[in-house]
Amino acid sequence: MYEKNGEKYFIVDSHLHMWSAGPDNWVKGQEQYAKGWIECFHAYMGLGPPETHWPIEKFMSYTHEDFVKDVFEDGGVDVGVFQSTYLKEWYTKGFNDAEQNAALMEKYPDKLIVNGRFDPRDGDAGLKQLEEDAKRWNLQGVKLYTAEWNNGSRGWRLDDPETQPFLDKCKDLGIKNIHVHKGPTIWPLDKDAFDPRDVDKAATDNPELNFIIEHVGLPRIEDFCFMATQEPNVYAGLSVVIGGLMFARPRFFAKVMGELLFWVGEDKMLFGSDYGIWEPKWQIDGFIDWDYPQPDHEEFSDYPRLDDAGKRKILGLNAAKLYGIQVPDGMGQPDAAAKDDAQLVEAG
Amino acid sequence: MNTPASLGPEAEARPTRAPAAAPAAGGAGLRERVLSALATVYDPELDEPITSLRFITSCEVTPRGEVGVVLRLPTPQCAPNFAFLMAADARRAVRSVPGVHGVTIELEDHYTGDEINGALSRGEGFTGAFPGETDDDDLEALRELFTRKALIARQARVCEQMLSSGATEHDVVSATVAELPVDNPDATRALQLRAQLGFAATPDAPAFIQPNGEPVALDQLTRWLRAARLIRTGLEANGGMCRSLLAFRHNLDPETQEVGR
Repeated sequence: MYEKNGEKYFIVDSHLHMWSAGPDNWVKGQEQYAKGWIECFHAYMGLGPPETHWPIEKFMSYTHEDFVKDVFEDGGVDVGVFQSTYLKEWYTKGFNDAEQNAALMEKYPDKLIVNGRFDPRDGDAGLKQLEEDAKRWNLQGVKLYTAEWNNGSRGWRLDDPETQPFLDKCKDLGIKNIHVHKGPTIWPLDKDAFDPRDVDKAATDNPELNFIIEHVGLPRIEDFCFMATQEPNVYAGLSVVIGGLMFARPRFFAKVMGELLFWVGEDKMLFGSDYGIWEPKWQIDGFIDWDYPQPDHEEFSDYPRLDDAGKRKILGLNAAKLYGIQVPDGMGQPDAAAKDDAQLVEAG
Repeated sequence: MNTPASLGPEAEARPTRAPAAAPAAGGAGLRERVLSALATVYDPELDEPITSLRFITSCEVTPRGEVGVVLRLPTPQCAPNFAFLMAADARRAVRSVPGVHGVTIELEDHYTGDEINGALSRGEGFTGAFPGETDDDDLEALRELFTRKALIARQARVCEQMLSSGATEHDVVSATVAELPVDNPDATRALQLRAQLGFAATPDAPAFIQPNGEPVALDQLTRWLRAARLIRTGLEANGGMCRSLLAFRHNLDPETQEVGR
């Protein structure tokens, strides 16, 4: 529970990591990639308030104790979702694979959810692994990283024919939340692997699944929005949006929020801190207070407003619905407004 | 923050508009002309000059007209494809400056810097940097995609200015290139982008076009403007993040000069 101004907020942080990125975990011969990757993440931390920056040594190898303090104690996060990122071509034990994340989940089973992953280029062995992982960790979701390298291939797409058997397998296994990293163009080489448009077909063909686009496709936000506005099962993951822009570029943040509220809507936006890139506390705190910098200015005047009820949805209630998380009484219920409207229509 | 509007007409000039008379080699004058040429190189994703984005770490010119340019990007893992486009464009722009007799472009602190620098020094394309892993056609397709986005964003800014200055919706959709405001950096840049895409930019051509080159019709205008604003927001937000990352990484003051040491 996060408390501010005498109000309590139910927080689901839908994008967390518990990584291990120090030199002891770098694959021999791939050191420059492993080092470059974590240094790049560390640069992103620089977009948050200075008092929340960590030295690179801590950033590479923060501990369970750091996590518990930053996320649960200071951040007031009620439930967190780990998004596993493997990158085993560069990190011997993986960057933050499900196993690493699960080690912490096992200490806090009521507060943490682990998402798995798949890679269609792994073929039958990958399907088998997904099945094992799903049973082992009771997976409800996966995090997909279409730009990841694999045996000489430097990316894949959700609309590749090889992907559908994996999505079918997800349905069989009860995995319903498909988080897809579509964010800052860190990685594409021969393929433009962060182009979000491949999700369009997958979302249309698989209406039983939810597709959460992490980082809203930045810098392809328009491709994401045009798709999300047409696909009812596509959601906006706000990781990097809040962490990367709210403090460093507040006017741009306000415009991006305005666009997302217009095209996607407050019912389909999910808070995610992307910890350990950024601590959740300052993000939650700032977001509760957030408004357009000059609400009546022509730059912002025709964007939808976001009130306290809308912020509660984004900070926790929307994700609670996707993951079947019980929300305590008095915290606002995700469907309450929609039900009231339906009853009014029926009564009328 | 620098916006293209603050750059002035020189920065918007094409390399081909460099001074026609070949000046003497070397000297401070040549460095200025090299920097002007570099100011015509745009980040294809952000549609901003690499100079105002502060991607030039250093630019050194010897008395004999040998130019060494060091480029830097906001993170060590910025996309190699865009990195290559900018480095190759920088090389081409500097080589076109009269008095330049040799160019070395070095991308520093980048995880594929060795591959990209090697290909550039051999005069090879992106496939030369990553043989067997990529295709130059893909790279050009990516550039074209972002050129279209940039065109829409620039045009819409001009269109909004005309509408807020009293033009009606009918006026703007029936306007021609000849009626575009002069000395407007967005309008100037939009015409350059049209030319790059092979769309007509003659005085009688429609002032405002869609990504496929067709004129914007009256009943499409509202949606076109709305979509353009979204594209612009994406470009601006991304550009803002790049600037912040670069400033943080290199400990830059937000208001310092555009070119390093």
